Amino acid sequence: MITIKNLPEPEYFVGHKACGGCGGSLVVRWTLKVLGERCIAVIPAGCMSAVGFIYPQMALGVNAMIAPFAATGAVLSGVARGLKARGIEDVTVVGFAGDGATADIGLQALSGAFDRRERMLYICYDNEAYMNTGIQKSGATPFGARTTTSPGGYRPETDAPKKDLIRIAAAHGIPYAATASVGYANDFLKKVQKAAQVEGPSFLHVFAPCPTGWGCDADSTVRLGKSVVDTGLWPLVEWENGAVRLNRNPARFAPLETYTGEQARFRRLTAADLADLEATRDRQWRALRAWVRESAGM
Amino acid sequence: MSQLAFLSGNEAVAEAVRLCRPKVVAAYPITPQTVVVEALAGMVESGRLESEFVHVESEHSALALVMGAAATGVRTFTATSSQGLLYMAECLYYASGGRFPLVMMNANRALALPWNIYGDQSDSLALISAGWIQAYAETAQESLDMIIQAYAVAEDPAVRTPVLVNLDGFVLTHTYEAVSLPEPSEVDDFLPPPVFPDDYPGTFDLARPQSLAITAGPGDYAVFKARQHWAMCQAAKHIRTTAHAFRAAFGRGCTGLVEGYRSEDAEFILITLGSTAGTVRVVIDELRASGQSVGLIRLRYLRPFPTDELNDALFGAERTVAVRALGVLEKDISFGHQGSVALEVKAALYDRGAGVPVRNFVAGLGGQDVSRAHLADCFTELAATLDTAARVASGVRFVGLKDLVDDHDQEPA
Repeated sequence: MITIKNLPEPEYFVGHKACGGCGGSLVVRWTLKVLGERCIAVIPAGCMSAVGFIYPQMALGVNAMIAPFAATGAVLSGVARGLKARGIEDVTVVGFAGDGATADIGLQALSGAFDRRERMLYICYDNEAYMNTGIQKSGATPFGARTTTSPGGYRPETDAPKKDLIRIAAAHGIPYAATASVGYANDFLKKVQKAAQVEGPSFLHVFAPCPTGWGCDADSTVRLGKSVVDTGLWPLVEWENGAVRLNRNPARFAPLETYTGEQARFRRLTAADLADLEATRDRQWRALRAWVRESAGM
Repeated sequence: MSQLAFLSGNEAVAEAVRLCRPKVVAAYPITPQTVVVEALAGMVESGRLESEFVHVESEHSALALVMGAAATGVRTFTATSSQGLLYMAECLYYASGGRFPLVMMNANRALALPWNIYGDQSDSLALISAGWIQAYAETAQESLDMIIQAYAVAEDPAVRTPVLVNLDGFVLTHTYEAVSLPEPSEVDDFLPPPVFPDDYPGTFDLARPQSLAITAGPGDYAVFKARQHWAMCQAAKHIRTTAHAFRAAFGRGCTGLVEGYRSEDAEFILITLGSTAGTVRVVIDELRASGQSVGLIRLRYLRPFPTDELNDALFGAERTVAVRALGVLEKDISFGHQGSVALEVKAALYDRGAGVPVRNFVAGLGGQDVSRAHLADCFTELAATLDTAARVASGVRFVGLKDLVDDHDQEPA
């Protein structure tokens, strides 16, 4: 089992132009270390393609291509089918798409690829806004977060603001889907290894802090990736062959301020806002635990 | 030995695709193209075509998917029409910029609004600058032949430019004719294998990993685009040599990007494209019988635009009679100006054709019937341009519109 302590030496994502502390680039780097050179990466328009493919300095050490923004799932499907037609079976086809490319503009193509059971690993690195264009609200922006298109802090109409991608994936009946966070590297690395072994589509939704977009220190990425889990705002969940499992099921959560307090995007949250956020979190956990019981047939 | 089959334009395309053995086919329905992907589905199910047949969720995904497949070094196919072609517009530019050697069929159909499923050429002409070679077939036989040749041209390492083969919606896609169907072995001999060689440029390489579909800044971008343009211009030569090779192998087919009909000794020439050319031929024969000096030039390719071939056909040494007036007949209008094809033709004639009046006849929008009488009227109007007062008339003639509109619907003065 590959862990953060024995990550393979070879680097497959170097010389890129991502910001200091970029969570998304950690997701790409670690994943490729696990998958190795025999893989083909598809990356749509967004931060990781913008920083990794600037002619003539290519930062990817594996075969890779940029997909049209809306088409990650479709390009992955095409690569997978081309390899299948050629009889090549030992190459992993992996997608790295941001939250906007996944939850918003690319959802249709992703749904099609899930539905067709394409042999691909799709990883959404979620930094909770359109960061490449300069921090605009996406379908994964959380309650209260300031973006340049929600300058007063995002106030959703419902109490479940982030699109629930794991349930969307699970609803397609794919064999494996999981959430992860760059703050819990071993959990993430284990899930990459599992997802890569699956026959058919697998999906990872990975929490990936963006210091530039969030207004936090460049060295806070891993810390925030832990505290978002410890505060209960980002449950670590695994959907495998029809059953849901909680990888962490804490009896008590850390105070929300340990997470929100480090980020300028949450600076306008009032005590009442935090109480609302806490109530929403607790409702979501009740629903999540009910889903776990239901999927286990209890 | 080839055999004769009774096929529609769509079926001829599907048979051609079967013979070309693409390894991945992306299928999405849209009238009047749907018959093509239905026929291919049947061929895959029956084992006549060995291919990954993928039901995609949109036209955008269809073209994106075949790009991904082509990046692994295999031949692909997809087909679309109208709204579908425009929905994949982003991917058209993407595919040509990435130099993916794709072949796609388009059933020329009107664009909404108003909704209309019938034929016109507004869809492909809207994307004439998208970097795809654009071919326009007149018959089902030519559709089949163009598809086969399209793969040879697109995949030529010196070209690596995608090809869009256009068939007029319904008039060609759904009309049956006798089509000579080659044997698979004959097409195998004519085309390179459907799995590209390992060193084929612009594809993934498992021994030496490649980055494809990349980003280029203000300096490099212009160089990529100039190269793309030069490759497209060079493609004209490859289209001709491929057509000559096809003719040598199969004994039929035009070898030029334009084709004349009784044009070398004609004073009045209609320039058109697609299936309408068939009706124009009939009208020319009728008018010739009554002594009129009329002819046709059919544009088989609009990209690369055959500027030299067209000029040679109109003003070259082969001519026995000087051209006195030209009409461009097309199923398209670029609102606020003229038909796209007329603009193309006029630009091409600018250096050599000065002084020859050119009329733009817009006909057949949204499946409007284009009758022999309409076409005879076009030739009459060309003859009238010899009258000096009519000579400078510009603008667009909507052929047959008088029959359809009431008094309140006339062109404002």
